[in-house]
Amino acid sequence: MVRYIAARLLATLPVVFGVTLAVFSMLYLVPGDPVKMMLSEFITSPDQVARMRAQLHLDEPFARQYGRFIWSAAHGDLGRSIRDRRPVAAEILELLPDTVQLAVAALAFAAALGISLGVVAAVRQNSWWDLSSMAVALAGVSVPSFWLGLILIFVFSLRLGWLPATGGGGVSHLVMPALALGLGASAIIARLTRSSMLDVLRMEYITTARAKGLAAPAVVLRHGLLNALIPTITIFGLQFGNLLAGTVIIETVFGRPGIGRLLVNAILNKDFPLVQGVVLFVAVGYVLVNLAVDVVYAAVDPRIRYG
Amino acid sequence: MPRWTPAYDMADAPSALAGTAHPARAPRTRWQMLAPRLRRHRGALVGLGIVTALAAVAAFQNLLAPHSPTRIDVTAALEGPSRAHPMGTDQYGRDVYSRVVHGSGISLSVGAISVGIAATVGTAVGLVAGYAGGLVDGVLMRVIDVMLAFPGILLALGIVSVLGPSLRNLMIAVGIAAIPFYARLVRGSVLVAKQQLYVDAARVIGVPVRVILARHILPNVVAPIIVAATLGMGTAILSAAALSFIGLGSQPPTPEWGRMLSEGRDYLRDAWWISTFPGLAIMLTVLGVNMLGDGLRDVLDPRLRV
Repeated sequence: MVRYIAARLLATLPVVFGVTLAVFSMLYLVPGDPVKMMLSEFITSPDQVARMRAQLHLDEPFARQYGRFIWSAAHGDLGRSIRDRRPVAAEILELLPDTVQLAVAALAFAAALGISLGVVAAVRQNSWWDLSSMAVALAGVSVPSFWLGLILIFVFSLRLGWLPATGGGGVSHLVMPALALGLGASAIIARLTRSSMLDVLRMEYITTARAKGLAAPAVVLRHGLLNALIPTITIFGLQFGNLLAGTVIIETVFGRPGIGRLLVNAILNKDFPLVQGVVLFVAVGYVLVNLAVDVVYAAVDPRIRYG
Repeated sequence: MPRWTPAYDMADAPSALAGTAHPARAPRTRWQMLAPRLRRHRGALVGLGIVTALAAVAAFQNLLAPHSPTRIDVTAALEGPSRAHPMGTDQYGRDVYSRVVHGSGISLSVGAISVGIAATVGTAVGLVAGYAGGLVDGVLMRVIDVMLAFPGILLALGIVSVLGPSLRNLMIAVGIAAIPFYARLVRGSVLVAKQQLYVDAARVIGVPVRVILARHILPNVVAPIIVAATLGMGTAILSAAALSFIGLGSQPPTPEWGRMLSEGRDYLRDAWWISTFPGLAIMLTVLGVNMLGDGLRDVLDPRLRV
């Protein structure tokens, strides 16, 4: 197990390296002069541009700049926002809890709804239950999250007045964003749970459990679901990443503070150090989450033996 | 080569008429085998119906839309659905129905073009990586791994932030972001296909690599690509609408559905119709594409069934 974790960590390194290179190169891929683009809305004198270029170390050779970028990033320094001059890392850490809260709540909702729908559909395969569960799943992957968010606001905030429409804070601020964000993921989890459950229910040990007279719920849940969930776990990491990226949209819809909205505003403001910092942070975080999921997967399923 | 194009069916028609080689008129081309199964697949038919209807709306938008999608008429602003404006008017007095009609062409082409970019580049990368193996494969797949490290919509977001917000850049960004999906899919199929004896045989008799790839390997991966591209179109349309919604895609006054939704956001309390109808339109489009994709997957490639 230790060797497996070490091997996976080692395999992750080139990816993280590639991610830093890609994020760093963003400035170079901007058509035209990045400094002029960032300063575009302000009055720019040639010496302002020169000062900015020196501040961002853009007057140095590429390799040297990249080296500096990695070295600083490894030490937790992601540069400073060119708008409010605050350290990018500080801005991210300040808003990170809000975003993680939203993504985790959405994942929890998605898992609860998705697994329930999947189990019901598999146990009653080809019944009306199956058909309607899968219809919900199909609708779930087709609904735009931002539209669902607006509809929820319209119904539950503007018409019924049950929940606050915008802003961050307590649980009441979390319910609608988590629903809007998680529905798409729940649909994917429902489909996967259904097919994996159908595979498991055909196994001989299920027949055995039934034959020895175990109650149906015990067979379905303990013998069936626990085994069927193993493939589902693997997509949790993937879905968590999707949800994390999805907060970009949902935080904008609900006017919620978080790094998703931070990123959108940074892009609209052409605040490149901030854009690079957030993108790098989320991508590396996502890689690490997936690493953790792989390790959990190996730990949960004793059938899996890694080198 | 499997016969995908109607042209092949036509080419085979004389022998079928002669009735010597196939006395029972057995279905021979892959399409002839699949068509009846597709016709029996209710979901696929519904999906195909929705997509065809939307394409027709896009094609005849000038006939179907009673008003210009961009003409501003402040005297008619924020009117609810009526006989003159079936979906109401927005804050500038533009006819929401006409804008939704004109938006269909934009969404379908954004979906088709970005999937086209992704599938073409991804297939090329997958073919080369899978067939060449070794260092080429290693380098290409590491690049793909790096792309996959940016979850969900983040890669497209990063690319748009570099290129600048516009409809064209949006298609490029959404397209590039989906490349890894096709590259991995195709590479996997190529790794299996290149073990086949007929590929070895072709290589031994000196068939050029280019021809082996095009004639002996590619046909094996066509089915999964078609399925993935159809389902990918739903994702592409959703991503593109989402990016437009947050202001990083199409710019005003383009009648793009995602953009229309965000423009109606501030008027949600009093004019729900501005945001509701474009949202329904996105959902219907993606639903149609997904149903068609699910059906194609069931028929063409049962291995992909989830």
